[in-house]
Amino acid sequence: MLETIWFILWGVLWAVYFMLDGFDLGLGSLMPALAKDEKERRIIYNAMGPFWDGNEVWLITAGGATFAAFPVAYAVMFNGLYSALLLLLFALILRGVSFEFRGKIDSPGWRSLWDACLVIGSFLPALLLGVAFANIFQGLPIDNEGVYHGTFFGLLNLYGIAGGVLFVVMFMLHGALWLAVKTEGVLQGRASRFASRLWAALLVTAVLFLVLSFLATRLFDNYLKMPLLWIIPAAAVAALILTRAFMLRGAYGKAWMSSAATILFITFFSVAGLYPDLLPSSLDPGYSVTAFNAASSQLTLKIMLGVALVMVPIVIAYQTWVYVFLRGKVTEKDLAYEEAY
Amino acid sequence: MDVLMLSRLQFAVATMFHFLFVPLTLGLSILTAIYETMYVRTSDPDYKRAAKFWGKLFLINFALGVVTGITLEFQFGTNWSRYSKYVGDIFGSLLAIEATLAFYMESTFIGVWLFTWDKVRPGMHAFFIWLVAIASNISALWILIANGWMQHPVGYVMRNGRAELDDFMAVVTNKFAALEFLHTVSGAYILAGFFVMGVSAYHLLRKNETGFFKKSFSVAASFALIFALLEAFTGDASGVEVAHTQPAKLAAMESHWETGSHVPMYLFAIPDPANEKNSVETLPVPDLLSLLAFHDPSAEVKGLKDFSAADRPPVTLIFLSFRIMVGLGTLLVFLAAFGWLKRKDIERYPGYLRLMMYAIALPYLAIETGWVVAEVGRQPWIVYGVMKTADAVSILATSQVAVSLAAFVALYSFLGAIDFYLLAKYARKGPIH
Ligand code: HDD
Ligand code: HEM
Ligand code: HEM
Repeated sequence: MLETIWFILWGVLWAVYFMLDGFDLGLGSLMPALAKDEKERRIIYNAMGPFWDGNEVWLITAGGATFAAFPVAYAVMFNGLYSALLLLLFALILRGVSFEFRGKIDSPGWRSLWDACLVIGSFLPALLLGVAFANIFQGLPIDNEGVYHGTFFGLLNLYGIAGGVLFVVMFMLHGALWLAVKTEGVLQGRASRFASRLWAALLVTAVLFLVLSFLATRLFDNYLKMPLLWIIPAAAVAALILTRAFMLRGAYGKAWMSSAATILFITFFSVAGLYPDLLPSSLDPGYSVTAFNAASSQLTLKIMLGVALVMVPIVIAYQTWVYVFLRGKVTEKDLAYEEAY
Repeated sequence: MDVLMLSRLQFAVATMFHFLFVPLTLGLSILTAIYETMYVRTSDPDYKRAAKFWGKLFLINFALGVVTGITLEFQFGTNWSRYSKYVGDIFGSLLAIEATLAFYMESTFIGVWLFTWDKVRPGMHAFFIWLVAIASNISALWILIANGWMQHPVGYVMRNGRAELDDFMAVVTNKFAALEFLHTVSGAYILAGFFVMGVSAYHLLRKNETGFFKKSFSVAASFALIFALLEAFTGDASGVEVAHTQPAKLAAMESHWETGSHVPMYLFAIPDPANEKNSVETLPVPDLLSLLAFHDPSAEVKGLKDFSAADRPPVTLIFLSFRIMVGLGTLLVFLAAFGWLKRKDIERYPGYLRLMMYAIALPYLAIETGWVVAEVGRQPWIVYGVMKTADAVSILATSQVAVSLAAFVALYSFLGAIDFYLLAKYARKGPIH
């Protein structure tokens, strides 16, 4: 029972991470396409400035919760995906410092260096997260001891790459919509044109990914066993359509929220298909790391559940407050502000 | 080198680098909050400028603390996966609690503080930086409870082939962890105090904004002095705790080979581990080691020879690191005390001010050597008495770890150099009018 609750919480933490950091990573990757001059680039930095760090903590918590609730899964996953994970972390390091470093020396070469780091540091994590999770969905070559028998390049199979592309497109749409929310005028127009194209691209990649999931994974087994679960992918489709509908009406705030819901439900869709596996084995289903054979003791799960039930709502409350409090557009006045990026 | 040595080296590089930035975050966040609170109380605009000036330096430093922390959080899985499986039941939950209790608050409100100088009332704005300061220090508490458990494991049972949690309160109230916390954060406050005094000294020597920097200096000098005095007490208590729980580490700290009672302390010694003795030992202070370790001049202190060579930590490194830390600890008390006594007309002591500019490096050295004592001194155990480091390492190819270690060193040196350059640049620039 506790194992199942923690499995759900595990899925929720990753989903919220994708939903929140998704727009930063997407917007960072899109920056060279969206911004035409220095002023527009600064607007983009300041549109993410107060939020990216708080968003990234969801990754730390998702990792930490994996460690606390399913130590075996934490050990097997990060040991097995060693090179991919360190690449992801190095990319996130570059992303993080580019905010702080970029404006501190007044030289165009210096600024382009950190712009490049922002783009790489945003694009690479989006891609790698997609590749890694797709590979988890289809099963990792792990034996009964949890030892990983694959290679880094083995992750770049067809389904893995499809997952990577899906994440990149999904995050880019999310990021373009965020910029449309935070700006007005020319930049907003450009962001919204990009969003339209990305929406179409997302539709295509999502359908493709679903078909490939059917062929390459066992995700649908649970759906056959429990038809009620189809609500989740249905909600994802509905959210995706709503995103478009709000975009057409120029209601970017609502479009962004629908896109957030799309990301949440796409993640839930996969996690529900995965249950009870955390890391299915492609060598033998019997070797899979599951919520039951990887879990911590009942006492630890109970204490951690208590912590999560108290703290996560508090965190959500104050983070929501911050988003609402700092909701305005990024304007010239904000760029003139002494502390602006 | 094998995967084990490379992983140890990589972990040491990553944590020690992280800890170049952590202490300034812990201390300067509090000092910045104090300056801003004084502004709210007195409406003296100098204190507002102080909060902005020191806050800017705080942020430059903070950026690297944050990004280097993330790699640590995941390295237990990447490099120490057998450790993670074996003790994750206890250790993992402490890391997760740290993230939910502290990291969210810290990372969320730093953004709010930065962007709302002109959007909220001054009192509210000061409250935001206090939240950041409190959250940083809460994070230190939980990570040190985690580390304290590795140093002195309590509250667990061996079951299902791993260490399982048995008594959460015992883990949280571990005395070893409490002392580690007090000692580490006091050290961090000393460091922040010396940082502010050193930067202020630079400007005072150039007669730049004398009034402003005297105010900053004076607050920092009191802060540093209080914690430099506390540091000696918590260090002494840590030593007693180590003597009781990790006798091999204590013996290595003093390079003490033969078990005996009424053990003296040699003010000067050179360890000779190959021959299991000290090649030089002079200036003995009678009974001092027994007294310091057990607060009893006749107490028996175990010598290194009581432990098989495989169960001893590397003696010379620990001995030297410990001497450096304690020596610096004594020196820092005098430096802080002088600054505090003369704080009213500190600009009249240029020699002292020049010294203080360079003294910024000293607490950094003390803190890093302190960690070497605590962590290397724990070897060969990763969890003292429960699990050996050699049994903890992940299953990886040597080339994987060699490449990642090289990448760590290259990336961290590059970013570290930039960060210290920017800190120096903005420190020299001084506050905005
Ligand atoms: C929560 C746990 C924890 C915490 C707070 C720290 N460490 Fe640690 N340290 C470990 C957990 C650990 C470890 C996982 O246990 C390592 C890795 C290999 C080992 O034996 O211990 C280790 C090794 C290790 C080594 C190498 C020792 C050796 O292999 O000979 C050094 C130099 C440090 N640490 C230094 C630090 C510093 C500077 C820290 C300050 C941030 C620090 N440690 C905090
Ligand atoms: C080896 C164990 C450690 C791990 C796994 C770890 C993990 C982390 C992580 C993930 C972050 C980034 C949080 C963010 O994004 O805001 C971080 C930052 C931080 N950590 Fe650590 N940490 C370790 C050791 C320590 C120790 C021993 C202390 C304090 C005594 C400490 C204090 C801090 C502080 C204050 C920050 C805030 C950022 C900054 O330093 O500027 N950490 N740590
Ligand atoms: C004044 C005399 C001092 C004494 C007697 C002392 C004593 C000790 C002892 C016994 C330990 C080892 C504890 C363990 O193995 O876990 C330790 C660790 C440490 N020391 Fe000191 N220390 C002193 C000064 C300082 C100073 C001035 C700093 C930094 C500014 C510092 C920073 C540290 C740190 C960061 C650690 C590792 C964390 C810990 O174990 O608490 N120490 N110290």
